[in-house]
Amino acid sequence: MTFALVLFCAASVFVIVGAIVVVTTRNIVYAALGLLVTMIGTAGVFLLAFAEFLALVQLLIYGGAVVIVVLFALMLTRIEDFRHLSNNRQQPIAAIIALGIFAVLATAIISTPFPHSERTALSVYELGERLFVDWAVPFEVASLVLLVALIGAIVLVRSDDSGREIEEEDKE
Amino acid sequence: MIEPIYFQILASMLFCVGIYGVLARRSAVLVLMSIELMLNAVNINLISYASFSDLGTDHASLGQVLIIFVITIAAAEFALAIAIILRLYRNRGSVNVDEIDLMKG
Repeated sequence: MTFALVLFCAASVFVIVGAIVVVTTRNIVYAALGLLVTMIGTAGVFLLAFAEFLALVQLLIYGGAVVIVVLFALMLTRIEDFRHLSNNRQQPIAAIIALGIFAVLATAIISTPFPHSERTALSVYELGERLFVDWAVPFEVASLVLLVALIGAIVLVRSDDSGREIEEEDKE
Repeated sequence: MIEPIYFQILASMLFCVGIYGVLARRSAVLVLMSIELMLNAVNINLISYASFSDLGTDHASLGQVLIIFVITIAAAEFALAIAIILRLYRNRGSVNVDEIDLMKG
């Protein structure tokens, strides 16, 4: 067992344990922190695949932005409502479906030979060149999509009549 | 030595945990987090094919560029979904997905 494999196992444990915390915990703040653990583990997996830029992006966007957005959203709503989460009655069926899909995927993965070479590193320089030369137009379109989505999010959460709504909240 | 199959098994495990979360959780925020787990599984799968490809650096860069787009779209989707959930909480006082049945026929 090589050192890289030990590191990979550690990153996998992070990913899976964090994911299981997300889907089983009763406290939503623990779920957000479990999501953070999963994202950090995924960044480790990216590092082991020699994709250091993606590991950085993963940490910054998921670890930084997404988890903080979840925590802020919970702080802006009344967090007491989320303290005791309950699952719905589909839990056993959901477990069966998830295990079934995993069985199908694992069988397919193991039985399919994939001609592969050693891990190949791609430098950040080369990735940047590809992204901004070959994929410049899709990149710009993606940034436009992001802009539209964020403006849409602001428009959605803005209250129609903010003064009235605050008064109502005060009465409650 | 790390084989690409390890990455793919890890990705399928993460994907199935995400599926379980989407099906079994009641709170919309947790359903959203489970969807993020599934998107991460897809990214791990993509990176395994990209960095173990024996077709040269063109394919490796293609996979990584694709992952950057997936992360971008996931961030946009996440911001919009959180906004919708906040709006839903304000209007209905609950974010449990089985209580949102306004459009049920």
